[in-house]
Amino acid sequence: MSNPDELLRIEGIRKTFPGVVALDSVDFDLRRGEVHVLLGENGAGKSTLIKMLSGAYRPDSGRITVGGKEVRIQGAQDSERLGIATIYQEFNLVPDLTVAENIFLGRQPRRFGFIDRKRMNSGAAELLARVGVDVDPRTKVRELGIARLQMVEIAKALSLDARVLIMDEPTAVLTTEEVDKLFRIVRKLREDGVGIVFITHHLEEIAALGDRVTVLRDGRSIDQVPASTPEDELVRLMVGRSIEQQYPRERGDAGAPLLKVRGLTRAGTFHDVDLEVRAGEVVGLAGLVGAGRTEVVRAVFGADPYDSGTVEVQGKPLRRHDVNAAMDAGIGLVPEDRKGQGLVLDATVQENLGLVTLGRASRAGFVDRAGQRRAAATISEQLKVRMAGLHQRVGTLSGGNQQKVVIGKWLLADTKVLILDEPTRGIDVGAKVEIYQLINELTASGHAVLMISSDLPEVLGMSDRVLVMSQGRIAGELAAQDATQDAVMALAVSAAATTNTAVKDVEVSRGH
Amino acid sequence: MATDTLKSSTDTGRAAVLRRMLSDNGALTALIVLAVAMSFLSGDFLATQNLLNVGVQAAVTAILAFGVTFVIVSAGIDLSVGSVAALSATVLAYTATTQGLPVWISVLLALATGVACGLVSGALISFGKLPPFIATLAMLSVGRGLSLVISQGSPIAFPDSVSRLGTTIGGWLPVPVLVMIVMGLITAVVLNRTYIGRTMYAIGGNEEAARLSGIRVKRQKLVIYALAGGFAAVAGIVLASRLASAQPQAASGYELDAIAAVVIGGASLSGGVGKASGTLIGALILAVLRNGLNLLSVSAFWQQVVIGVVIALAVLVDTLRRRA
Repeated sequence: MSNPDELLRIEGIRKTFPGVVALDSVDFDLRRGEVHVLLGENGAGKSTLIKMLSGAYRPDSGRITVGGKEVRIQGAQDSERLGIATIYQEFNLVPDLTVAENIFLGRQPRRFGFIDRKRMNSGAAELLARVGVDVDPRTKVRELGIARLQMVEIAKALSLDARVLIMDEPTAVLTTEEVDKLFRIVRKLREDGVGIVFITHHLEEIAALGDRVTVLRDGRSIDQVPASTPEDELVRLMVGRSIEQQYPRERGDAGAPLLKVRGLTRAGTFHDVDLEVRAGEVVGLAGLVGAGRTEVVRAVFGADPYDSGTVEVQGKPLRRHDVNAAMDAGIGLVPEDRKGQGLVLDATVQENLGLVTLGRASRAGFVDRAGQRRAAATISEQLKVRMAGLHQRVGTLSGGNQQKVVIGKWLLADTKVLILDEPTRGIDVGAKVEIYQLINELTASGHAVLMISSDLPEVLGMSDRVLVMSQGRIAGELAAQDATQDAVMALAVSAAATTNTAVKDVEVSRGH
Repeated sequence: MATDTLKSSTDTGRAAVLRRMLSDNGALTALIVLAVAMSFLSGDFLATQNLLNVGVQAAVTAILAFGVTFVIVSAGIDLSVGSVAALSATVLAYTATTQGLPVWISVLLALATGVACGLVSGALISFGKLPPFIATLAMLSVGRGLSLVISQGSPIAFPDSVSRLGTTIGGWLPVPVLVMIVMGLITAVVLNRTYIGRTMYAIGGNEEAARLSGIRVKRQKLVIYALAGGFAAVAGIVLASRLASAQPQAASGYELDAIAAVVIGGASLSGGVGKASGTLIGALILAVLRNGLNLLSVSAFWQQVVIGVVIALAVLVDTLRRRA
């Protein structure tokens, strides 16, 4: 029965956690030289499945065979010995060591007991060349942007002689250009005979890169289909129902301007940014990663300072670098880094929902706990947060539900202008649509939304107007009907063409 | 994750409640095991008088530790509380005994001294952006130095009215135990019910998320360290009243006991977790150990070793239990 091309086979895997069946009778297989996409909503069991292969979890029942032999993967070492490498969304790299040291971490070539740097660096250079990334092996990892970090992770996997490479949403944090580069590398690896398990939420990537698709839903493998399957069909398989409209934007009439930004400048980061958001309107802020979008909205919200310019809410100027002034005026920010900046992960859903309103719910220093609980109960029901209860730790919710909690805490605070920075990053299709519907409800009731997104179809589908940033400046504005992917991209790279500086590698390193 | 969490387990009755309480709280289990062991090893341990002694011995550490709990929950650390306690007691004795000020003014001055020390540490941390470890290490040295300067290196007698804090009420209930209980209740209320208490958990859990949710982190940190300083002052007064004098070298090294008590009580040094009850239990564990080892006539040198081992074990067991 063993097919010589078969690298890996999983049969009838079951895994339970206290009170939860995470996986049940899941089948999966991987052949030499293919990209097998693992598709499913958040919480469908993709992460649990790959953690079985990397040795982080052990199955309760079922079989895993590698190269025709049944194996038990007890830990990371077993997985490494079997030639399975995993690249998680959060990279496992040591910032203050060099690229070469990271690649050979724990296995540095030695000479007389000392590390043989020469051999290590040349070995690393070879691997990096194979990946096709131009990085000096002696560079410290801290100095690299996200895209290159990922390439280093891939080089590390290759150094382990990985025959099975598992990539967990590798494209979630990359710009379009970087994604193209990643795809080239993945295709090259496929030609070399590596089997790749690829997890993504971007359906268009499946046809572009994949060979086969296994769809997981509620912990079961629902179906295995070719990658050429139409997107509608994939969505239907994934959510178990068809989603009528991916971007259900209902446009209304825009009212009075709520947020007005004039000439906002921070030297070296963003310059002369003008923008206006009206009541009932969704304004999209598009651009390449590193164009300064996040920096602008953080400055508007008062989280970071700016050098000159003004921010007005309903005609009243805001004090610079003062989060509380912005909040009092009715601005709320849902930050890009949900876990790092949006949530207190170890606290409960209720605590997180009540964070913004904590001060208002306090009298003479004492918090009205009952009131906080009532408010949290109401809003979590309204947002359909799926949880065991208000006392569940927020860190154990799925990404989509976590995002609802972050949005919920601002809704409780009567926010008028909601700034959403990458609101649907890493969120599955079903939860995305719920968030879009929420945006519709907000604007229908007179709120204004300013949305940053690197997901072009989302910006185009949900915005009433699109502002495109490039190199820290607003490169142009497009009305909803004129905004096409091409038009936006043309503006996004426009300043780059005129100033003609080395912007190809605009890399923003994010603090995690 | 699609979570259908199991409803609370089916077993009922007091046994189940007790079992859950013990498994939720490793430190409490440790305290009970320790107390039972001591009562077998030494017939004197369970005597009322001895238990009250344990309470008195625990009191100063516990009061210091309550203050440190605020700091540790907010992901900081305070090394200065022992010195600040000594300085506050010295200020009280100096102003009342040497300068002859009314005692109530001296008490207020002592408390103000503690709060001021905390404010200075807090300001260095919030506005000077010093790591808490460094800022409070500096305060440890400054506090000790100032109390030596004021007292010129020798003990100052405590006013009689304050020394009564070191005695008993009704001939049996030691006042330090009473003060410990009151401060413990205040700590529990602050942590659970007040704005500042809830912000401690938010800041300790994720400082950036707290800031972006409109919590004025810098200002809150000032208050947090000031609270720790105020608690240290109370501890200093209790300690000095037991000794009937303010000694500039008193409470030296107590900051480490306080931190140990907080950590044994289940708080995490990385912040966001910690309870008043846990800290109290932590302080009691240390006191029971010292008391028991004394009853068993274990040498003071070996006591240090045993206490160190117990601290490591307590936290180790707790960590393993959490991971499971």
